[in-house]
Amino acid sequence: MTNKPTGIDRIENARKKRTRRNWLLSTPALIVLICAASGPLLIVLAYSLLSAGEYGGVTWSFSTDAWFNVVFHRDIFDETIGLADAHLLIFWRSVKLSFFTTLTTLAIGFPTAYFIATRNRKTRSMWLFLITVPFWTNLLIRTFAILEVIRNEGLINTALRALEIIHEPIQMLYTDFAIMVGMTYVFLPLMVLPLYASMERLDFNLIEAAYDLYATRYQVLRRVIVPLVKPGIIAGSILVFIPSLGAFVTPRVLGGGKKMMLGNLIELQFGAGRNWPLGAALSITLLGIVMIALVAYLRSTQRSSGGRR
Amino acid sequence: MTHSDDLQEEKTGSGLKSAIHAQRMTKIFGSGKDQVIALDDVSLSIQENEFFTLLGPSGCGKTTLLRLIAGFDHPTAGLIKLQGKDISHLPPYRRSVNTVFQSYALFPHMTVAKNISFGLEMLGKPKSAIADTVDRMLALVKMEALRNRRIDQLSGGQQQRVALARALAPQPRVLLLDEPLAALDYKLRKEMQFELKRLQHETGITFIFVTHDQEEALTMSDRIAVMNAGRILQIGTPREIYNHPVERFVADFIGNTNFLSAKVVSAAKGRVRLRLFTGKEIETALPVGMAPQGSVTAVVRPEYSLIFADGAVAGAGELSGRLVNIVYFGTDTHYYIRLPDETLFVTRSQNQREDAEAFHIGQSVGVSFKPNAIQVLRD
Repeated sequence: MTNKPTGIDRIENARKKRTRRNWLLSTPALIVLICAASGPLLIVLAYSLLSAGEYGGVTWSFSTDAWFNVVFHRDIFDETIGLADAHLLIFWRSVKLSFFTTLTTLAIGFPTAYFIATRNRKTRSMWLFLITVPFWTNLLIRTFAILEVIRNEGLINTALRALEIIHEPIQMLYTDFAIMVGMTYVFLPLMVLPLYASMERLDFNLIEAAYDLYATRYQVLRRVIVPLVKPGIIAGSILVFIPSLGAFVTPRVLGGGKKMMLGNLIELQFGAGRNWPLGAALSITLLGIVMIALVAYLRSTQRSSGGRR
Repeated sequence: MTHSDDLQEEKTGSGLKSAIHAQRMTKIFGSGKDQVIALDDVSLSIQENEFFTLLGPSGCGKTTLLRLIAGFDHPTAGLIKLQGKDISHLPPYRRSVNTVFQSYALFPHMTVAKNISFGLEMLGKPKSAIADTVDRMLALVKMEALRNRRIDQLSGGQQQRVALARALAPQPRVLLLDEPLAALDYKLRKEMQFELKRLQHETGITFIFVTHDQEEALTMSDRIAVMNAGRILQIGTPREIYNHPVERFVADFIGNTNFLSAKVVSAAKGRVRLRLFTGKEIETALPVGMAPQGSVTAVVRPEYSLIFADGAVAGAGELSGRLVNIVYFGTDTHYYIRLPDETLFVTRSQNQREDAEAFHIGQSVGVSFKPNAIQVLRD
């Protein structure tokens, strides 16, 4: 045995050095991540465990009132405790509308993405470009455009009345339906783009092979295309479902303050409600719902694909 | 083509039902300026249980023809019959025809067994029958041990076998093979050539094989159709195609060939007397249905000619020239001879063990061949 480093030692040393350097190089990114992502989250968590200040803000005394108020409601007069129906209704509406928005964007986005993916290379980029055009306009303006279309004196009702199909305007604005239409419109590109990305990589020989093996069009879709573009479906659904849950502008404009979603409820607590701890607790609750939905979704898709890889 | 057209109609009329009968098929892609004629008035009949090869360079229309038979594309004009039934406009899933793709196109999200059972499931076969057939197919292609593997865990040769099993499982009337061996290395390709012949023999299914490899075509096929520029130039057995090419393209595409220009001196009773450009006169058989006049081309295969040292026998041999290159191939040696008109003539002789090197570059040599080694082509 000599002190001369063996080949294995040298490789080991080089590996250690590389690891150390990699950590050093990623430090700036880690600092930004911790400060910009985890930091604010911790502040929100801390606020949710403090008491509400009289004119907004928080006072520095520990309290679980906010968390209690997320789910329960204490009567002002006789102090009896009941479920906070209003909050639960808003939770339920948020989850329900987000779920249906995801389904609708998938139903519209899937054929759209397929259409684009089957065009030739040049026209493809033009279609993709068109998909991104709505992003150029402010979200608020786009939402008001939808309002203009569906309100009682709006495009649809005016047209239907002019054609004498209806005599009284159909109340579409300020309903769950209006919120869903608005969110579908706003979030559609977030579904189309990841779907397109996975369809573009699809080997169209496989589709011909399936036809060749006696699969009808529907069977080709169900047995070949959908399983192969599943990563895109999952990515698109996550990208639509999560921002839908926290949507604020769309339900505010199209739901008219009557049909609130979680985002509006949270805003209310920080604004007119002057209950920052409750707002913070609701925000964390929203985060919780998103996490649960994500985990449940990923679990179910893993199981259905037979735990591959 | 009218001549062979009649011939095929006769064959189908004589009770021997053809597996595939294509009648005056034309396929045009695009329109206006970008229009491409991929298939130009093609007719052919493929018999039951035949190993039929479509041979030609890339872009000759062979893959287009295959896709029309499979149903992925539909003919612009003409019709195609499967066992007498017009299938020109049926979708692929309504034709009892299966394809082995060049890229294999195996479903990456399914196991080997699932890939093979796919077609049977789509046909709605009962579960037990499907399981039996899958077992049989796995045995046929010797892949029993790998039935639960995923496709990306297989080698190229194994994927090839799965692709074959998958296409054979539904027992199609006709199996289409689109250059299925192109991606395999030389040894594996040789092995699969035998394997394909065996499978065709065991299953009794009509195989239509597409390739640009003339050697593959010659060794495997019952009959070959040589294609170029969207047309079928010649249909025949490997021997007919090799020994009696009807066009210069066919002669040139299949094997090495020498072309000699010649003039017709006289022709009668199936014989023709030619005067080669060297002045030498030869009498040989005239191809059926050919009435040559003036200039023609005489085709001589390298292995049907013999090289000898010039001056050994005065005035002997059909040609003479200068030896410019010698290429040793192991089994045989090729001699490149520059003729007086500056064209190259290749002759080939089988090597014998302990063969002394009898010739050297630069030497004057003579070439002789028997009169019946010549195939006469119209110019």
